[in-house]
Amino acid sequence: MTTYIFRRIIQTVLLLIVLSYVCFNLMTLMPGDPIELMISSNPKITTEDVARLREFYGLDQPTYVRYKNWISTLLEGDLGYSRTYRIPVAEMIGPALKYTFILSMCSLILSLAIAIPLGIYCALRPNSKFDYIVNLLSFAGISAPSFWLGIVLIIVFSVKLGWLPAGGYQTTGLVYDNIFSEILDKAKYLILPVVSLSIQSIGRFSRFARSAMMEAMRNDYIRTARAKGLSENIVIWNHGFRNALIPLITIVTLSLSSVFSGALITETLFAYPGAGRLIYTSIISNDFNVAMVSFIISISMVLVMSLIADLLYGVADPRISYE
Amino acid sequence: MTSSPVLKVEQLETTFFLKSGPFKAVNNVSYEIYNGQTLGIVGESGCGKSVTSFSLMQLISSPGRVTNGSALLNGEDLIRMNAAQIESVRGGKMAMIFQEPMTALNPVLTIGYQMSEQIIKHMSYSPADARDRAIEMLQLVGIPSAQERYSTYPHQLSGGMRQRAMIAMALSCNPQFLIADEPTTALDVTIQAQILELFQGLQEKLNMSVQFITHDLGVISEVSDNVLVMYGGQMCEKGPTQDVLNTPAHPYTAALIESRPKVGQYIQRLKTIEGSVPAPHEIPAGCPFATRCSRVLAECWIQKPPMKPLQTNPQREAACFNPHKV
Repeated sequence: MTTYIFRRIIQTVLLLIVLSYVCFNLMTLMPGDPIELMISSNPKITTEDVARLREFYGLDQPTYVRYKNWISTLLEGDLGYSRTYRIPVAEMIGPALKYTFILSMCSLILSLAIAIPLGIYCALRPNSKFDYIVNLLSFAGISAPSFWLGIVLIIVFSVKLGWLPAGGYQTTGLVYDNIFSEILDKAKYLILPVVSLSIQSIGRFSRFARSAMMEAMRNDYIRTARAKGLSENIVIWNHGFRNALIPLITIVTLSLSSVFSGALITETLFAYPGAGRLIYTSIISNDFNVAMVSFIISISMVLVMSLIADLLYGVADPRISYE
Repeated sequence: MTSSPVLKVEQLETTFFLKSGPFKAVNNVSYEIYNGQTLGIVGESGCGKSVTSFSLMQLISSPGRVTNGSALLNGEDLIRMNAAQIESVRGGKMAMIFQEPMTALNPVLTIGYQMSEQIIKHMSYSPADARDRAIEMLQLVGIPSAQERYSTYPHQLSGGMRQRAMIAMALSCNPQFLIADEPTTALDVTIQAQILELFQGLQEKLNMSVQFITHDLGVISEVSDNVLVMYGGQMCEKGPTQDVLNTPAHPYTAALIESRPKVGQYIQRLKTIEGSVPAPHEIPAGCPFATRCSRVLAECWIQKPPMKPLQTNPQREAACFNPHKV
């Protein structure tokens, strides 16, 4: 077990290096480096200045040397500066990650809490009226484009009913008396984006939970459990759900891996200062350091979560062992 | 046979309501099993053997349903029990062993856990006592180092060991009546012999009545006192095992016996029963075996032959208009 984890961690680090190198190369392939941005903003700049600046910033070096320089400063703990905003990357990314984490986690927890019981309920009554209705709504949720869904929510709940704010993350200029009033105020801004994100994932998760549970309940050992005289509740939870858990681990851990990468469209629609928007604007504005750090975070989350998923399989399924 | 039977099944009918129409998987089946005796149910795949057993256990799931008849276990009708009542009988007074030891055990729970939960449910033991009882049962079925096996998972055991564990589980709450649904079919021949021997020993020791389902006539002649031959969800013939196997009255029983190899007899080719079991909608209105029967009469197509005692031996019954002379 320990050797397995150790081996996997080494693999993860190697993969991280390879993938970050690929991302680094892709970023340098983008037209327009920082010097070209300077040229366009200062027409008086001379060719000698340009050459000197390139040398000064190390942009005349080949990509692999630049990558080496970048990653060694990164490992020293220096994430670099944002070219666009002229502030350290950590200061920019930190709050964005926090906001995105809150949004994604709320949506993930809400959708799992609704979708898994819903999926199981349907799996136990397949092809019932309830199942058909949930099925229909799930596919409606999955198929609804997020930009459309967000706009509809804004129109109904902010514009027409005026119940909730249309965007942002807190009431501007409001001074909070205590922590509760702060949470309450920020929660109001979270509701619409969380609902918008959840509607889609509830559909996905409930379909998944339904099929995993149906698959488990079809097995011979369910009949054995019933033949032993166990009550239906024990048959469903101890024998059925315990087995349905194994495929569910995959989808839950992989969803967890995206809690830091954010939801670009939803965040943009609701003017929510999350990581999705940050990554998008940093790529568009050629903000190299911000984009690379965001990539590294997203990639490591996927790699770490798939490692966790593999370890959880071993816990959930005794047939899998990592000797 | 003076005492009243442990199990008395009367006119059992189980129907599956399929899209193509209702299909009677078990049609008007009646039999009795007396204390300590074994009834063997034989027939080829799809003849309703397993559905009969599942009907007794109330394990038939939608779109199937028991549509008629009764099954009295010590005078209590299993078919009409509510959920709580049948749960207290299943695994307690009445237990079942399944065909596939590979899939009939839950892969993510230990053998011990799966045994204990049943013992705790039916015998109201404490977890520690249930553990002792489970280990005792594992020893009884001849599983070596039972103490360690208690905490292993099913995949860590061989097929034969799993079937032993399955038997230990079924017998753990002292059932009076046991249904064995092809318990040896999935095992190889040497293991089969061991399991059968174990099974018979335990049956004698615990004085159980057994309903033994198989398509293997050799196994039937070894384990059962009486035999019931089924075809297309209906009874063909029943009676004392040796009589039925030695002098079959129903053409289907005769054909089954002819199609198996005999020790010491050299033949070029085994006999087969021509054709195959008809699809549900192709079963004739009369005798279900009419499509494949060598002794078929005109009336077989129109009318269902009723189960009638044989003139020569009233212990035996056959459903045939033109039976072999016994």
